[in-house]
Amino acid sequence: MRHLPVLIPILPLVSAMLCLVFSKINRNLGKYIVICALTASLASSVGLFVQVMRTGESVHYYMGGWQPPLGIEFVIDEMNVLILVAIATVALFVCIYSQSFFSGKPKLAESDREEANFLDRDTWLEKGGFYALYALLSAGLLGMTITGDMFNLYVFLEIASISGYGLIALGGDKSVLASFRYLLLGTIAASFYLLAVAYMYSITGTLNMADMGMLLASHKDSTNVLLAVSMLIIAFGIKMALFPLHGWQPDAYTYAHPAAAPLISGLMSKAPALAMMRYMFYIIGVDSPYVGKALTVIGFLGACGIILGSVMANAQKDFRRMLAYSSVAQIGYIAVGLSLGNAYGIIAAVFHILIHAFMKSSLFMVIGAVRYRYDEVMIDKFGGLNKHLPLTTVTLVIAALSMVGIPPTGGFFSKWYIIMGSLESGHYFYLVVLIISSLLNAVYFFRVLETVFVNKDAELTEIRPAGPWKFELPLSMLVPIVLFGIIIIAIGVLNAPIAADVLSLGLPEVLAI
Amino acid sequence: MTIISIRPFLAVGVSLLAAFLIMFSGKRPNLRESFTVIASLIKMVLVFSMVPAVLEGDVYEYTLFNITDTVGFTLRTDAAGMLFACVSSFLYIPVAFYGIGYMRGHHEKEQTGFFAAFAVCISAAVGIALSANLLTFFVFFELLTVATYPLVFHARTEDARFSGRKYLIYTLSTGQFFLAGIGVTYYIAGTLDFKAGGFLASDMAPVAILQALFFLLVIAGAVKAGLMPIHGWLPSAMVAPTPVSALLHAVAVVKAGAFCIIRIIGYVYGPALLLELGAAQVLAYIAAATIVVSSLIAMKQDNLKRRLAYSTIGQLSYVVLGVAMLSPMGMLGAMYHIVAHAVMKITLFMCAGAVIVTAHKENISEMNGIGRKMPITFGCFTVTSLGIAGMPLVVGFISKWDILLGALEIGKPVYLAVLLASALLGLSYLMPVCYIAFFKKDESGEFAKYGEADKRMLIPICLTAVLSVVLGIAPNFGVHLYNLAEIAADAVMAGFYEPTLIVTTGFAGGVLL
Repeated sequence: MRHLPVLIPILPLVSAMLCLVFSKINRNLGKYIVICALTASLASSVGLFVQVMRTGESVHYYMGGWQPPLGIEFVIDEMNVLILVAIATVALFVCIYSQSFFSGKPKLAESDREEANFLDRDTWLEKGGFYALYALLSAGLLGMTITGDMFNLYVFLEIASISGYGLIALGGDKSVLASFRYLLLGTIAASFYLLAVAYMYSITGTLNMADMGMLLASHKDSTNVLLAVSMLIIAFGIKMALFPLHGWQPDAYTYAHPAAAPLISGLMSKAPALAMMRYMFYIIGVDSPYVGKALTVIGFLGACGIILGSVMANAQKDFRRMLAYSSVAQIGYIAVGLSLGNAYGIIAAVFHILIHAFMKSSLFMVIGAVRYRYDEVMIDKFGGLNKHLPLTTVTLVIAALSMVGIPPTGGFFSKWYIIMGSLESGHYFYLVVLIISSLLNAVYFFRVLETVFVNKDAELTEIRPAGPWKFELPLSMLVPIVLFGIIIIAIGVLNAPIAADVLSLGLPEVLAI
Repeated sequence: MTIISIRPFLAVGVSLLAAFLIMFSGKRPNLRESFTVIASLIKMVLVFSMVPAVLEGDVYEYTLFNITDTVGFTLRTDAAGMLFACVSSFLYIPVAFYGIGYMRGHHEKEQTGFFAAFAVCISAAVGIALSANLLTFFVFFELLTVATYPLVFHARTEDARFSGRKYLIYTLSTGQFFLAGIGVTYYIAGTLDFKAGGFLASDMAPVAILQALFFLLVIAGAVKAGLMPIHGWLPSAMVAPTPVSALLHAVAVVKAGAFCIIRIIGYVYGPALLLELGAAQVLAYIAAATIVVSSLIAMKQDNLKRRLAYSTIGQLSYVVLGVAMLSPMGMLGAMYHIVAHAVMKITLFMCAGAVIVTAHKENISEMNGIGRKMPITFGCFTVTSLGIAGMPLVVGFISKWDILLGALEIGKPVYLAVLLASALLGLSYLMPVCYIAFFKKDESGEFAKYGEADKRMLIPICLTAVLSVVLGIAPNFGVHLYNLAEIAADAVMAGFYEPTLIVTTGFAGGVLL
């Protein structure tokens, strides 16, 4: 039990190494190793969740027994434990979901295949390589969430990013260009992050987050902190696709490999968002004058992103691209929540990280399923989708309602907490932004639902067969899709315990209610 | 006394459960329809079984879980809620039978989705009636919006698509205002629990904010109640199948809107505070204008369902006017008009639907002499038309008389004139239909081959028509709805007017008339 925290990132990391070797022996063996590792990670996360809830104290783990500030520390508290469970859950179920993409040849003309299709061949290298990258990405995201060390965060950030570049590049079509663009911007972000760490290190001489928080207390208004804060905004702004640093994101999400897109779109921008919150509220602290100003900037950018992302999403014909722009808007919600700088704001931001991970993943799984069966991603080809893929459509409806913010789905409650937070801090401006954004969300999501239910049945050519027992999809795809639909409602119904019994216990001391 | 009992939740849940069962029994129509019928019967029994205790002054209350960190998901059966719950759950039964007859007679497509959405709508309506606080109310309010949408676009024509969009634009956008209003209310009052006589007080916020907040809160209700000039969705929504028009656009949806206004005026603000703010006055003037204008528009409509829709707009404004006058009798009349209008308008819509299914006619000008072929249908139509106009011995008279007395109580002759004019206008737009149907010659002879409507439609029509006469003679017939309305009105108006004043002005009004 004592070593649970380290197992969470280490197991997927090790499985990534083993995956290729075992894939050489048997094409499926590597994949199973990754799934086992992710299952173990999920189990460990749940175990830690139970432990944190039961003891009411955060769990500290020292790598190799080296005490901080020398050693690397993993910290699991009430704030990140839920996100940890969410990341482990999404990673595991998207991994299960991804399997079908590599089996069975699609009935496509060779000419079509050449120009625009994702990697789907059933060879040891391609299959093993995909799952190795997938495991690395999961390890990176999980590690970023729990690490208590600033440099370690950088390492995990890079692990996640580099494997992310690979997974995006595997998507076929224009994915290589999208991936390269992300690589350029991602590298800039990483450099800025490292610089910010260096500036803070230069005045305190420590890399441990808790230690840094304590030592920085006497340097709150030093110029180094100002530089570090502004660099952190750029670094995490790029990584979480905060407007106007979101340029890489629509292409990356659109052209990412469909089997990995749910994970990439759901989580890759969330772990940096959580890290940003750690820096602003736990390490540097809201009582620093620079953080107050930084939050104002973040909030304003978030509000712009909410409006611009929603408007751009309305203009899209490709469902994936629409979802990508909607992510820009949803990240704006998280940014606005953080910028409010009060208890409700932080609860809203973390709650939105949690619910949006599931909403976006499930929507990308839905479009992946449509692509799997019919090789279609355009919204106007969705007519009568409910007859072809009934259960998938149910999840689509639930996730769409949640994105719009209709109770009792989870999306409504992050809106509610943001409203509470913005009233408390007197930022009525965000109330207006929120109303406009909900309406814009409603326009583009109900447009999709209207197409599905009202339009005449579109002509779709089936390229892969349905699943067994008259199910619309192979069970390995259908189960995660349906499960995520249920989770979205469950998080909504359980939002009160999540907010009151988990998140509010992990608030930074200055804001504790 | 408060009885802690889960019964209110069972009453709401039974048709939600039915909706699931209906979804999964789409291949066996008889089984599917039996779910609808059984759910409607159980629901009615559950709701009615709570009436005796409520009449004694007890309330059933239950909190299922916390909906946010501080607000409970609570249902409570106060008198006003009970009144609305009784109406909607009882009228579900005739409409369920009628709907089965109509949908089969008309060979409609997508019947499974239709009956499922229908069941959800009824759940939402009863949920709205029994909600104990604003946030619970909002949850069901949005659920009703979303569940009605598929019913509006049911025909899947361009017309239906357009109406569906219109409906969503009107209801979702005002829903967001409502949400913002609820947020502000919670922020200034610290509670959202409905309390007879209101929980807001004038010292909680500046007058201007309270006034603005009032309109933010009532606008969602005003849209659903079809208050002019934001009534546009209602006539368009008449493209929906007639059972939808009957139950939803005459009973559940529009009444939910009117009920929302009752809750805001009576249970959030309270008459005393509103008199001080003067905000309800504005609402009363708008309602009075709506009554007259909608009647004038109704006269020009040739499509029978559209004419009835405009009549609905006018009649709903009676409820709004009755409440917004802030007089005890007006409040009582408004509450009882929910019952009265529901019973009458549902009959009228069902008659219109019977004509559509039997003779395939929607326009009044084509109905020459049809009454002689369908005497029972048009007999019922005539009786309830007289009721809408306010003729004694039909239920419409009772509520209108009370509202009239209410107008006298506060000494506003303007409202009196409006009410009298509207009674005449009501006669002038509904009586021609009866005249054309009974006395004009069927020159083409095309109705010769048609007979009376299908039994499954005819019996519900007769039932509700008879009910509207019985309630007109004995307003307390059955479950003592008039007493419920009295209890509710007394609770809201307690300590607001001296009882003697009511008697004298009531008497004076009677003499004057």
